[in-house]
Amino acid sequence: MCLAIPGQIVEIAEKEPLARVNVGGVTRNVNVGLLDDGAVAPGDWILIHVGFALSKIDEGQAHDQLRMLRAMGEDGLAIEEVRGYRFAEPSQ
Amino acid sequence: MKYVDEFRDAGIISGVAREIARTAKPSRLYRIMEVCGGHTHSIYRHGLRDVLPANIELVHGPGCPVCVLPTGRVDDGLAIAARENVILTCFGDMMRVPGTKGTPLELKARGADIRMVYSPLDALRIAASNPEKHVCFFAIGFETTAPSTALTILRAQELGVNNFSVFCNHVTIVPAMRAILDSPDMRIDGFVGPGHVSSITGCRPYEFIARDYGKPVVVSGFEPLDILESILLILRQLDAGEARVENQYKRIVPWEGNPPALMALARVFELRPYFEWRGLGFISQSALSIKPDFAGFDAEKLFNVPGVRVTDPRGAQCGEVLKGVLKPPQCKLFGTECNPEHPVGALMVSSEGACAAYYRYAMHASAVEA
Ligand code: SF4
Repeated sequence: MCLAIPGQIVEIAEKEPLARVNVGGVTRNVNVGLLDDGAVAPGDWILIHVGFALSKIDEGQAHDQLRMLRAMGEDGLAIEEVRGYRFAEPSQ
Repeated sequence: MKYVDEFRDAGIISGVAREIARTAKPSRLYRIMEVCGGHTHSIYRHGLRDVLPANIELVHGPGCPVCVLPTGRVDDGLAIAARENVILTCFGDMMRVPGTKGTPLELKARGADIRMVYSPLDALRIAASNPEKHVCFFAIGFETTAPSTALTILRAQELGVNNFSVFCNHVTIVPAMRAILDSPDMRIDGFVGPGHVSSITGCRPYEFIARDYGKPVVVSGFEPLDILESILLILRQLDAGEARVENQYKRIVPWEGNPPALMALARVFELRPYFEWRGLGFISQSALSIKPDFAGFDAEKLFNVPGVRVTDPRGAQCGEVLKGVLKPPQCKLFGTECNPEHPVGALMVSSEGACAAYYRYAMHASAVEA
């Protein structure tokens, strides 16, 4: 559960501290309330933990982190976790 | 997105390993604790033990959230789940942690409404869409996770979701490190400091360890190269007779931490006078509780939890393993009664738990192709 998952921001919500991110082809909204206001923009990379952005990272770091998750055999779990974030998805 | 499978750094890694071997004095023994369970996992996964000289012992620390949660608190959470009209939500790892009467997963199979979530915000959403039920989130984790719970409580207040509460078991890593340093049966020469926890707390909270205890702390990333570099930095400090806090994980960890996250923590939580840790016993000011301003979201205020202290199952030596006094295979139940399919103790549940990591990798050395 201490997995930190790298994702790339696709879109920033206007009213709430939410960002739409892409993690290995899965897109979900995550909360960016733990980052400074205006700290991230579309195209930026972030580290995600339990539905929240923990920190902004650069693209190289994002790829390093992905490689590490892969090496630890946790990349599948990471995608599963992101897929499980339902809190800001339209209800089915 | 492309995953790169091979090890980019194989050459550099053997270089650092050689440097470690050169720096370590053969005449002495080095006991280095990796505090964080993520590091423990990486060390076993990549077989790092095998590239270190024999006189460097890696001691596994308490930084695994489900591992340090005492059985009594699991029972308390499950007592909440047993109440009428309550939905208990928790992270996946927590689902398999044994309480006295079974794991959350087993209680669910017996009819309790217990649901796995990946984010505390998902627990809040379940509350918003089930107004006739009470939804409690079983919160565990260190400073990496606690700010997310804090923001979720603030969000619940903002949205006026009144059927939501948090059973707060958040703990803080520094008092546990102090308890280890104060423990007479533990001799640690230096710490590989936690990575993601430090991205929130920054490096300052570790300064007393260098100043008052004279031990080096190197905050470290999780890749094999990160961990080996951190070990080398610790050895160099020891060799020079120094003790400082160093930051090997600058790419993620700012020295001052994450101010918005620290502010969220300060708004919602306060320190408990003391809290029980599995293996380490009661440690003062080592855990967070919800401030009275948010009492309406505090499951411990809303429900009478039993609060009974429970000892580990017979034969289980989780406490000794957590303290680094025993290695996982030295526990009498390891690999027999206690295995990842049927964990007796919490250290066998999570991939960050020393017993699970040892079982998965060290027992099947051929699976480690690093
Ligand atoms: S093998 Fe099981 S019972 Fe023994 S210390 Fe590890 S988790 Fe605890």
